[in-house]
Amino acid sequence: MDNGRTMKLIAAMSGGVDSAVAAARAVELGHEVVGVHLALSSNPQKYRSGARGCCTIEDSHDARRAADVIGIPFYIWDMAEEFHEGVVENFISEYASGRTPNPCLRCNEKIKFAAVLDRARALGFDGVATGHYAQMVETPLGRMMYRAADPKKDQSYVLAVLNTEQLAGAYFPLGDTVKEDTRKEAKARGLYVANKPDSHDICFVPSGDNAGWLRDRLGSEVGPIVDETGTQLGEHKGAYTYTIGQRRGLGLSVPGEHGQPRYVLKIEPKTNTVVVGDHEALAVNHIVGDSPIWCGPVPIAETVYEGFAQVRAHGEPLACTYSHQGSEITVDLVKPLFGLAAGQGLVIYDGDRVVGSATVSETA
Amino acid sequence: MSIYFDHAATTPMSQAALEAMVTQVGRLGNASSLHSPGRSVRKDVEEARELLSRLVGAAPSEIIFTGSGTEANNLVIKGTFWTRKQEDPKRNVVLISAFEHHAILDPVEWLQEHQGAEIIYIPITAAGYVDLEVMREIVAKRGDEIALIAVMHSNNEVGTIQPIAEIVEIAGDIPVHSDAVQSFTKVDFSFAQLGLTSATISAHKIGGPLGVAALILRRGIDITPILHGGGQERDIRSGTLNAPGIVAFAAAAQDALSHRTETELRIRNLKTLLVDLVKKEIPDVTVNGSSNPALPGIVNLTFPGTESDGLLLLLDAEGIFCSTGSACSAGVPRPSHVLLAMGLSERTARSSLRFSLGASSTEAEVQFLASAIPAVVTRARAALVRG
Repeated sequence: MDNGRTMKLIAAMSGGVDSAVAAARAVELGHEVVGVHLALSSNPQKYRSGARGCCTIEDSHDARRAADVIGIPFYIWDMAEEFHEGVVENFISEYASGRTPNPCLRCNEKIKFAAVLDRARALGFDGVATGHYAQMVETPLGRMMYRAADPKKDQSYVLAVLNTEQLAGAYFPLGDTVKEDTRKEAKARGLYVANKPDSHDICFVPSGDNAGWLRDRLGSEVGPIVDETGTQLGEHKGAYTYTIGQRRGLGLSVPGEHGQPRYVLKIEPKTNTVVVGDHEALAVNHIVGDSPIWCGPVPIAETVYEGFAQVRAHGEPLACTYSHQGSEITVDLVKPLFGLAAGQGLVIYDGDRVVGSATVSETA
Repeated sequence: MSIYFDHAATTPMSQAALEAMVTQVGRLGNASSLHSPGRSVRKDVEEARELLSRLVGAAPSEIIFTGSGTEANNLVIKGTFWTRKQEDPKRNVVLISAFEHHAILDPVEWLQEHQGAEIIYIPITAAGYVDLEVMREIVAKRGDEIALIAVMHSNNEVGTIQPIAEIVEIAGDIPVHSDAVQSFTKVDFSFAQLGLTSATISAHKIGGPLGVAALILRRGIDITPILHGGGQERDIRSGTLNAPGIVAFAAAAQDALSHRTETELRIRNLKTLLVDLVKKEIPDVTVNGSSNPALPGIVNLTFPGTESDGLLLLLDAEGIFCSTGSACSAGVPRPSHVLLAMGLSERTARSSLRFSLGASSTEAEVQFLASAIPAVVTRARAALVRG
């Protein structure tokens, strides 16, 4: 890392296996490492339930124990307020306005590589090491981020919200490793968390029931489900609990024109309406994203490049052409994708290199 | 450099205590057994009890050994409440100072939550003392409803020594408990002279081992036990006696008290030096709590514009070990309830650190702290995330 220079790093330790091994590797590379567990909930639960939830008391204990085994100082930083404002409230308000946010992107952008990195730098550290799977390459044009060696674990999508200044302080010691090897290494290093399940889903919704969680916070006002002509087909309990492209759970008794299944096409929060239609109507060929963030050199404006677009954390890279102008990125897909919601993260790749990201604002 | 300024958390074990403990650990026998090895261990325990009772100003039978200060406090708070309320159902109030240690606060809050007790908190002055006038009014108005009163002998975060004799006088017939874990062997402390009903002392705060403490409970007072079993310790605290711990506890107390006056004076001078030197480097630093009367070794400082956990991390990296108020069960730093009770804002409380000096502290250590503090505070100020 960093051409062999010894650095002072904060290792963000969630209590999971990846961040523990990442911290251990940073130490082994000769860096001066201090482990920090982020307390993101002001009212943490005692235990994890399976793969769900995080930041429980058990997780903070596991992180502390891993730091002990590695032999580094360990602290808990209270980021609950920042997390609530920057991630949880954003999640709720995005859904309330009919968009589909990705809170992991926001957490990386606003917490791990913003609040934590800023604090780390101010305290005299060079950066933050995490257990994310992505690769960083030093080039004459600066640091660039690439997909991880393990395609199944690649997390470059959720890191594409980091600008070059943030990336300059980000270290991912696991980028070249496949997950299985991380677990083996954890075991070999005597880290108790070696077999801890991966966390999935949204950490602040420990039940895994996103719709129910949103209903508790946004109410469950009944509204119409209509077809593209505006004809009412049924009722829903809160438009924001639906996702574009969703087929199940619509509870429609009227079949489609030719008996085909129907999908959520659009959510209109103002009128609390869910619009449904057939699969073809979900097709998206053209995407506009706003507030672009560049993870390396900024492409020349108003120039069309070939590349790949990805719109979900573990989605397929889709061949496309892209260009940017003003505060927008425009993407034209070679083949259509089906079902894309405003608010989703749009990440542009040049091969395996992350070019940048934007938030989906329009589709056609 | 490795500088331990956290003696209020726990102390290095004294040589005398260590030797006593090691010797006793090798001795066979349960102090409750009737045979010869049992009697022999019992003799060691009772000698330690007698020694400790003399040193703390109590009768031997008034010492009830427990496994921790927290246990002693839980036992006396709950046990006294249950007994007193059973005697007279009107007695449903627990009167405590607003800045008690969590080992008092939490059992009292448990009584409120689970048994319907009413808590009245005695307010704390800005200088760090219980407000006696308010207490007097509460006792005058609600006296016959009060099951017990608890006020710590000295505060563990700011070091202020509470006016226990006056509190006992105001209390009249109401039992008064005092958590004296920070005071015993540090300043003059006599259970009998203060007229307390009960007090808590703990071995590891005075150069003794972890895992042993004592509730001092006035003769003739019976409280409801929490632990039931073999009926040890006046039937108030069952459980096999921790003979090595008890013997080492008494040895630690004897050792500490054998040179108490000189040590107290020396530590007090070091504390004054620490405050003077830090003030010279950081002019806007403020000291929380009055220094008179106060423990010799505890000093609580506010560094405006910092967060204490940032300071702690940076000092730790310099080899200086001190502490912040407290943390919740997940280890998240919280603003000190002690400082909040003294009227500090949450922001100010979050910028405060406790340095606690002890018998092993030296002038060189204080000088080193003073030399390290400017860079640490500058860094911590830059790292302040919440304005």
